[in-house]
Amino acid sequence: MRQAVRRQDPKERIANFNEVSLGLSDQQAMLEARRCLQCKNPQCVKGCPVNIDIPGFIKLISEGKRFKALLKIKEKNNLPAVCGRVCPQEDQCEKFCILNKKDTPINIGALERYASDSEIIEDEQGQGHQEKLNGQAKIAVVGSGPAGLTCSADLAKMGYEVVLFESLHIAGGVLSYGIPEFRLPKKIVSQEVDYIRSLGVKINTGCLIGKTLEIKELFDQGFRAVFIASGAGLPQFLGIEGENLDRIYSANEFLTRLNLMKAYLFPAYDTPLNIGEKCVVIGGGNVAFDCARWAIRLKKKVTLIYRRTEKEMPARKEEIENAKEEGLIFSLLTQPVKFLGDERGYVKAMECIKMELGEPDSSGRRRPRPIKGSNFTLDLDTAIIAIGQRPNPLLSKATKDLKTNDNGTVKVDKELMTSIPGVFAGGDIITGSDTVIAAMGAGKKAALSIHHFLRDTS
Amino acid sequence: MFKILHKRKLASDVICMELEAPQIAKKARAGQFVVVIGDEKGERIPLTLAGWDRQRGTITIIFQIIGYTTKKLDRLQEGQFIFHILGPLGEATEVKKVGSVVCLGGGVGIAEVYPVSSAFKQAGNKVIGIIGSRNKALLILEKEMKQVCDELHITTDDGSYGKKGFVTDILKDLLVDKPGLVYAIGPVPMMKAVAKLTKSHAVPTLVSLNPIMVDATGMCGSCRCTVDGKSVFGCVDGPEFDAHKVDFDELEKRLNLFKEQEKAKG
Repeated sequence: MRQAVRRQDPKERIANFNEVSLGLSDQQAMLEARRCLQCKNPQCVKGCPVNIDIPGFIKLISEGKRFKALLKIKEKNNLPAVCGRVCPQEDQCEKFCILNKKDTPINIGALERYASDSEIIEDEQGQGHQEKLNGQAKIAVVGSGPAGLTCSADLAKMGYEVVLFESLHIAGGVLSYGIPEFRLPKKIVSQEVDYIRSLGVKINTGCLIGKTLEIKELFDQGFRAVFIASGAGLPQFLGIEGENLDRIYSANEFLTRLNLMKAYLFPAYDTPLNIGEKCVVIGGGNVAFDCARWAIRLKKKVTLIYRRTEKEMPARKEEIENAKEEGLIFSLLTQPVKFLGDERGYVKAMECIKMELGEPDSSGRRRPRPIKGSNFTLDLDTAIIAIGQRPNPLLSKATKDLKTNDNGTVKVDKELMTSIPGVFAGGDIITGSDTVIAAMGAGKKAALSIHHFLRDTS
Repeated sequence: MFKILHKRKLASDVICMELEAPQIAKKARAGQFVVVIGDEKGERIPLTLAGWDRQRGTITIIFQIIGYTTKKLDRLQEGQFIFHILGPLGEATEVKKVGSVVCLGGGVGIAEVYPVSSAFKQAGNKVIGIIGSRNKALLILEKEMKQVCDELHITTDDGSYGKKGFVTDILKDLLVDKPGLVYAIGPVPMMKAVAKLTKSHAVPTLVSLNPIMVDATGMCGSCRCTVDGKSVFGCVDGPEFDAHKVDFDELEKRLNLFKEQEKAKG
């Protein structure tokens, strides 16, 4: 039987900020690894955007070789401790597991995490990963999220000199500012970033490409290729009346204050967060659930507003279940119409309209449509808008030859090269918001493309 | 880490620091700003670039000690380091030759209007400066402004220096001559009063807004303002906007969001 990951009890975990999942015990990991059929033609690998040798690392775990299993994963995946926690395995590797036919699939995500959590001890024993630079070209990577970190690591492993530029003061991109502590501890992120550094990648924080330096200047400074992985950081708003009232936050602002700036530790940390007692989160994706579960941990009454039903929610099932256990209230088939404020300019209520599902739209999900006359008012004192992010236009605006699509994504060819020769792009900046692992896949692909490009042009 | 090369007090609660930041100095232009984090636990605050020296590789920031973050910044001394500075941020001032430009600075806003006045002067404009503060002790950069302005007017609220009253009292008279542009930086009520006045005279007016920011790169939307009925981001779409289209009342309310926490922390 599939081993279930141990989790903190809901009542306990909403009273702390620690990771919800506690991972597998040694015994559980062994039992789970032994369930793997070690298929000759493993389907799971095909479901992995970075092609990890899944049966390979599982076999090592079954033999008790936890650290060797990690090294096996690291042949393909530079951020295993992250992926083991936030990858939607149910839609990827595990979906293709042959055991689905008879039983339940191998808990690949939990095993990946189990292997990666061995690193802390081993690294302290001096198992360095420093690779030698082979005097190859200098490459600039823009943005230190999953795509940028992955591309940098792969290029460094090939012997390139890589400088990774990050505008914030801490590297990691969405792993640092977006995903909450209780889902992805920042200690884990910083360990993964340290690993990337140990490969020889130089990380320049506090450098905003497009402002501090421009792409052209990078080439002037001797960089031979550039990989743009600046992500989808532009928050979407509803565009309704009253949206600029106080205590209405974009998910990005809410999460950045808490995750990156540690507002939950105010006043020990200086960044404040001003929220009331009745919070509403608008949206149905992972980001919406991250916000809602943060607010629950801040001891607020939290309602999630979504215009479709639970079935259409893009969030991972696991996160929806976690949130239910933690007491999240759902108001489905509900669409905000306008916000109402008090005399101080604080939000005090939201007018909503009830929705019903109609015909399927381009995404295959049934399109919600408003039910006339069903308007009602919801009392609240804080609203968090989590209806998606788009690519940040700052860099494309500053780089006039960089062509973009109408939705703001950067145009690339099959090899991920942009309209500027030698400049590549990947991750959310070319796709719009997607998963961590999809961005990592793009980072790997770009590293190879850059390698081929430099080989062919030198 | 950014080294503090020089630090001096411009007025009782206004501090000027020259910092080693060659990359930012190289790119800085009038109207732009930086984000500063004092120490590892600090918050990100936007501060206008008050000056820069490309050859020395330095930038100058000027801030008023108003809350715990600026109080902490003031504790740092020459030779010590500021944890993080990002910049230059925001769109630079579009400096054109328009004839005569009236540049208004209120309080610590004088630090921000100084490089802009200087840029307009260099572009061949007649620059008339109006700077004001609550009292004489709080007035900053008078000498510097004199150097870049063809005319400089000074007001204090209490009449302890210059003309008693507000910067708008002087502006009123100058508008009769229809300047090509009015540029104002200062507290929201001052910018609002300037906008109201110049609108009635149909004189084009720019204001540089100071909303609350976190990342200041267009990611969080904390700095959203309503301009011409549309929501814009102060950090990347601004900080300068057409004064006649800005919703100042909304800006003022949004600036008050963290006042209670500010007080509680002290």
